[in-house]
Amino acid sequence: MRVTHRDVVCSFCGTLCDDIEVDVEDGRIAEVRHACRIGTTKFLSASRHEHRLLKPMVRENGRLKEVSLEEAVERAAEILAGAQRPLLYGWSSTSCEAQSVGIELAEVLGGVIDNTSTVCHGPSTIAVHEAGFISCTLGEVKNRADLVIYWGANPMHAHPRHLSRYSIYPRGYFRERGHQDRTLVVVDVRRTDTARLAQKFVRVQPGRDYELISALRAVVNGRKLPMDEVAGVSREDIEELAEMMKSCSFGVLFFGMGLTQSPGRHRNIDNAICLVRDLNTYTKFVIMPMRGHYNVVGFSEVLSWQAGFPFAVDFSKGYAWYNPGETTANDVLQRGECDAMLVVASDPVSNFPKPSVENMLKMPIVAIDVHPTPTTMVADVVIPAAIAGIEVEGTAYRMDVVPLRLRKVVEPPEGVLSDVEVLQRILERVKEIKG
Amino acid sequence: MKELVLRPLEQPACGLSAESISCDVFAGKSVEEIEALEVYSGNRRRRLGDFFSVSGEAGDTPGETRIVIEGDVPRTKWIGRGMSAGEILVKGSTGMYTGAWMRGGRILVQGSVDSFAGMMMSGGELEVQGDAGDYLGCAYRGEWRGMRGGSILVHGNAGTEAGHCLSGGRVTVMGRAESFAGVRMRSGLLVLGSAESRVGAQMTGGSIVVLSRTEMLPSFELVDRVSSPEIEGVSFEGVFEVYAGDLAERNPKGRVYLKVE
Ligand code: SF4
Repeated sequence: MRVTHRDVVCSFCGTLCDDIEVDVEDGRIAEVRHACRIGTTKFLSASRHEHRLLKPMVRENGRLKEVSLEEAVERAAEILAGAQRPLLYGWSSTSCEAQSVGIELAEVLGGVIDNTSTVCHGPSTIAVHEAGFISCTLGEVKNRADLVIYWGANPMHAHPRHLSRYSIYPRGYFRERGHQDRTLVVVDVRRTDTARLAQKFVRVQPGRDYELISALRAVVNGRKLPMDEVAGVSREDIEELAEMMKSCSFGVLFFGMGLTQSPGRHRNIDNAICLVRDLNTYTKFVIMPMRGHYNVVGFSEVLSWQAGFPFAVDFSKGYAWYNPGETTANDVLQRGECDAMLVVASDPVSNFPKPSVENMLKMPIVAIDVHPTPTTMVADVVIPAAIAGIEVEGTAYRMDVVPLRLRKVVEPPEGVLSDVEVLQRILERVKEIKG
Repeated sequence: MKELVLRPLEQPACGLSAESISCDVFAGKSVEEIEALEVYSGNRRRRLGDFFSVSGEAGDTPGETRIVIEGDVPRTKWIGRGMSAGEILVKGSTGMYTGAWMRGGRILVQGSVDSFAGMMMSGGELEVQGDAGDYLGCAYRGEWRGMRGGSILVHGNAGTEAGHCLSGGRVTVMGRAESFAGVRMRSGLLVLGSAESRVGAQMTGGSIVVLSRTEMLPSFELVDRVSSPEIEGVSFEGVFEVYAGDLAERNPKGRVYLKVE
């Protein structure tokens, strides 16, 4: 029998599309409609159990061996409770409910907890502390925006439905003709597929975004630039872009990792936020990070409720201490401070810089994930989890900080629990060990 | 002045958080009491005496107390936190946050300091004979009023964002400062032997002196050329180009002096 689930949320990228239709036949996902190619692949992969982690494993004599869940939880709790500076990392591809238990676990352990922001939009968060933040929801973008800028972001690949659902193509309340009522501008170091759709493409020299933003701000604030070009962009182009920004009625600047991870990092975002602030002297302008993992925003929200800070929190002294540069995952790893790791729904062995990975390989790692990854392959304890948004319910935050309810459409593989339940079991056992 | 000597025994890999190493905390205490002071090695609460052998005598007041650390303590963080008077001499290198929130007294580090040295400092002197890490004399995250008084002197090089949000006092780096020195600076004086790039970014006040040429941001304007100027009460030799900025900001009153001859 075929059952159709409507308005399912896609738990892949920060766009968090909530209009997906999923057909389930005999307990397996048979067809997915409305999702992009990446989202469809994620849904269909859930039912292909040959690509899943199905049994808990513990390393013995150098080899991973299947064990009972109780044994795996016991081993995980021993490793974490015995550590002097455990690092709890990942969290962006799971539900807020799992994040919440993870944060409590970090507090009980006196550990450091950090999420993937540390390698994507952590710099944006640091900038927000200093510059504030002027933003809106994607619904407002859809209904109001007439100037849309993507800077250092290529949504056609990373967030395929962003343009069609929110920013360019949809008809909005004040933008009845859809894309004909909007102007698309792309600033990037190369002509990306998104740039090919733009009315104006500005090619900035790699690593020179900060200079370009400073020049734009000076022009917006009424100065005349003394030089003919900045960061490979002519003065005429800078003046034209500044004029477009000042004269639109509702502008939005979406920025991606091209801006957060190039030289300047959080300073690029700080300067970009200040540019948007300056523009509000003339018109309405907002800024929004193109968050990647579907619930990376949720982690910051939950950690802020529970510990008062958005990422990279150190509980080692019994209270929450926050200072990116010291308490961020890669800094703790590269200084060789931590002595055990819990990785949840993430693959730092593939994504972290080499010096971090080298140190990771020296310590015991507990990994909770849905699929095997290079991280689960080097871990000492591996516990499979159900997929949030497909096999278990939960809450996730879209990139514009709007919470959405994740749905369950199929059962998880037999014996596989949600990461909320796995984490709760580890937490209970850790509390017993710590007394 | 009485002298207390700390001889490092071991430096734990997971770092040592030693906020208690300060003349304010040591003053009036016996060697046994000082050995029993709390430090954190990761999440374990330990005694200062587990990591240092303590000898000598502390003064009755912070101002009469001098602490000598006999060797390298590169993983010990928070030495001299919030100190108001007295002296600390480190015959080696220290970890992060050396002299953070310092209010008075003097810290001399013969080796190098890690990042965030002199963070939020409001008085006293911090001198480093080696190099400094990132965020020398910076503001804490989210605070836009940084160091407000006192002075920092680094004989070697400094990392990024030296003098971040500087709001008073003086920071001197005799070697080279990496990018964004003096970022968001509001007042005070920042002196650099040389600067990598983006010096004075988003500054709204105060003066930066760079003793060699460096590329300025497009939002700075060359306004003058002066010789042997007096800047924030300090005399400098040579010919300097004067830049006003950061003109990306509204009503900026910052000045960057580049030594050209
Ligand atoms: S754009 Fe993102 S959230 Fe939407 S369907 Fe594609 S992967 Fe899923």
